[in-house]
Amino acid sequence: MSNAAVATMERKPMPGMKVYNKKLGMWVFLLSEVMFFTSLIGSYIILRFAHPEHWTNPGVVLNVPLTATNTFLLICSSVTMVKAFAAIQQGDVTGLKRWLLATIVIGAGFVGIQMVEYVALSGEGFLPALDAYHAVGRGNPHEGPSLGGPLYGATFYAMTGFHGAHVSIGVLCLIFVYIQAVRGKYTLADHEGVEIIGLYWHFVDLVWIILFTIVYLI
Amino acid sequence: MSMTTTSEAHTAHAEEHHELGFIRTYIFSTDHKMIARQFLFTALLFLLLGGALAVLIRWQLGFPGQPLPGGGILPETMAPGGIILPEFYNSLVTMHATFMVFFALMPLMAGVFGNLLIPLQIGADDMAFPRLNMASFWITPVAGFMMLASFFVEGGAAGAGWTSYAPLSASGEWTGVYLGQQLWLASLIVLGFSSITGAINYVCTVINMRAPGMTWFRIPLATWSLFITAWLLLLAIPILTGGLILLLFDQTIGTAFFRPEGSGEPLLWQHIFWFFGHPEVYILILPAMGFVSEVIACRSRKPIFGYHSMVVALVSIAFLGWVVWGHHMFQSGMNPLLGMTFVVTTVVIAVPSAIKTFNWMGTLWRGDIHYDTPLLHAVSFVALFIIGGLSGIFMASAPVDIYIHDTYFIVAHLHYVLVGGSLFGIFAGITFWYPKMFGRMMNEGLGKVHWALSFIFYNLAFFPMHNLGVQGMMRRIYDPNQYEYLQSLQPTNTFISINVFLFAAVQAIFAFNFLWSLKKGKVAGNNPWKSNTLLWTTPSPPPHGNFPEMPIVYRGPYEYSSPEVEEDYYPQDRPPPLSSSGGHTVEVPNPEPVPGD
Repeated sequence: MSNAAVATMERKPMPGMKVYNKKLGMWVFLLSEVMFFTSLIGSYIILRFAHPEHWTNPGVVLNVPLTATNTFLLICSSVTMVKAFAAIQQGDVTGLKRWLLATIVIGAGFVGIQMVEYVALSGEGFLPALDAYHAVGRGNPHEGPSLGGPLYGATFYAMTGFHGAHVSIGVLCLIFVYIQAVRGKYTLADHEGVEIIGLYWHFVDLVWIILFTIVYLI
Repeated sequence: MSMTTTSEAHTAHAEEHHELGFIRTYIFSTDHKMIARQFLFTALLFLLLGGALAVLIRWQLGFPGQPLPGGGILPETMAPGGIILPEFYNSLVTMHATFMVFFALMPLMAGVFGNLLIPLQIGADDMAFPRLNMASFWITPVAGFMMLASFFVEGGAAGAGWTSYAPLSASGEWTGVYLGQQLWLASLIVLGFSSITGAINYVCTVINMRAPGMTWFRIPLATWSLFITAWLLLLAIPILTGGLILLLFDQTIGTAFFRPEGSGEPLLWQHIFWFFGHPEVYILILPAMGFVSEVIACRSRKPIFGYHSMVVALVSIAFLGWVVWGHHMFQSGMNPLLGMTFVVTTVVIAVPSAIKTFNWMGTLWRGDIHYDTPLLHAVSFVALFIIGGLSGIFMASAPVDIYIHDTYFIVAHLHYVLVGGSLFGIFAGITFWYPKMFGRMMNEGLGKVHWALSFIFYNLAFFPMHNLGVQGMMRRIYDPNQYEYLQSLQPTNTFISINVFLFAAVQAIFAFNFLWSLKKGKVAGNNPWKSNTLLWTTPSPPPHGNFPEMPIVYRGPYEYSSPEVEEDYYPQDRPPPLSSSGGHTVEVPNPEPVPGD
């Protein structure tokens, strides 16, 4: 940039990215989230390759149809989130509220179904702790019909649990955004909050698609 | 714009913002400069604590089995009759490293200077997210309190080393430390949030809030290094957090991620830890490289030698830092072919490091060198970093490392890099930017005495450790005299300990100078070092909002001794003379008057 050009510039910041700070901040935050899930998923891959006898065939222990339904629900919630953002981009506050509410309900439903799944699995003795596996007699993966070893339960709960926590936080944030929408904070001109929570929500959805594939289907 | 109008504008600007109450100004402040000061005082306290732990370690090694002078104040569970217990010694080495790495050096680098320098050097009024910035600070004392509390719980503080290798760290039955280890894990998980929020702020601020004309290659190197460091923090800390959480599950709810009795993989912990740990090493040194670049260019009154290569070297070190973690694990069981790969990637890092070193020397070469305290510390950084870097090459080579790994050679190496490198870099930074932070100069005489004594005692303390390592003295050992072949090293150990005590003692000079100058130092004025960056155009200390109006940047930050101006410095925001432009004599017909001029 030549100095003559600089001299005529306005005295305001020179953004290096054509996005506002909060959106950039969310992108950068999501990068750190990628690394967090990488550490969990990477650990899972290493443990599973090292001890394949701790895992069963897909569908033996985990309820795949139930979770497939849940996955479908979460993908739908991404669609409703897109609809909410599209509505406010048209200035349609009623549409925004309606689609936000739908996203909240589906998101909460996802967490609820995950709870049901956890209760059922733990009732069968599928627990993260080593001692629990020994207590219910499924501790030794080398004997009898394989129901998996303790690493199976531990990695399952760690990965799906942290994802569930992210969904729950997302639902809380969506409720906050919804309240703001009801108060009329979002307009055609200013709806940064909707876009930012949308980014987070799609990220959480994307992570789940990866987790569902590697935890339930493989 | 003349100097007088600048300061008048500043005063007016400062007054209109001075309506915040005491709590919002000094405690829950969102002003990046206040947060930098808060980080500074907190981190210096933790530095003091880490130093005290080091003194206890060196007492045991220098005078094994003898009661500490005045050691009666320590409880029975730590040092009955003043004699340090082996279990307490394990906690000492663990907590010394933990406090120094996570609570002293990281906050001193990223917390203090990231906050102080980034907005001021790029011409921003504050961080991108000031409230997040405040949260980032306040998480630190909370985490620090948890870490401190672990000394006083049953079983004492964590004793599995700062690397907390599993299975030693995964179950209390091996160390007798249960709650202490859990607090250690929880505290670092909490502290991670501080690093992440800080990093998000730094990255967004540098990308999006630069003043007009502050192109990427006009950014001062200190800000460049902090920007790169922020990326490393952002991407490395979550890896550690994931590992810490899994280890905490092993400790508390009885999972077996890292416990072999449940088919867990202890080696997995090492991989997670060092995949974080090696970028972490660069988090601890890159900012110091930035500070030193700034100080050496300014105090030599010369443009930095090879500005672009400095930036490229920073970026390449940061990239290479992700593919070298295996060099910490040559002895942990690894395919030799994989080991060779890590040897090669590690040795390659010597190239950008050497580029930086030669650039610093090129900057000093035939410069108009001003031998004041910041420069002395900066040059010490370069000298000691060379020693630490060369000893690093020894350990990067797997065949040599097999012999010297986990000995005092590594202790010598890491202290050359982290004390000789990072800490001297921090001293250069504090002495250089102290006037901007507090409005007064530090005392030059006391500063030089502190520097000289620190440099001497530091080298006398740490250089002999190379020899201890080559002779086979292992790190973290409670009493080397239990082995006959190490008994002849006791005089060296005693010598080292005495020098560590002296090194610690002369830090009192720094502490006194720091506190005394707050009130009694010479008033600094805007630009005591006659430096170029935007930071020095503001009053000392800068008011809320920093600049009366957003500055416009015309040139790079290191235009010292420019032939275009009479003075030997050329501030980044000074409009060029009408007949020339950026060093080339280009006629600018009727240039637009600069707004506000």
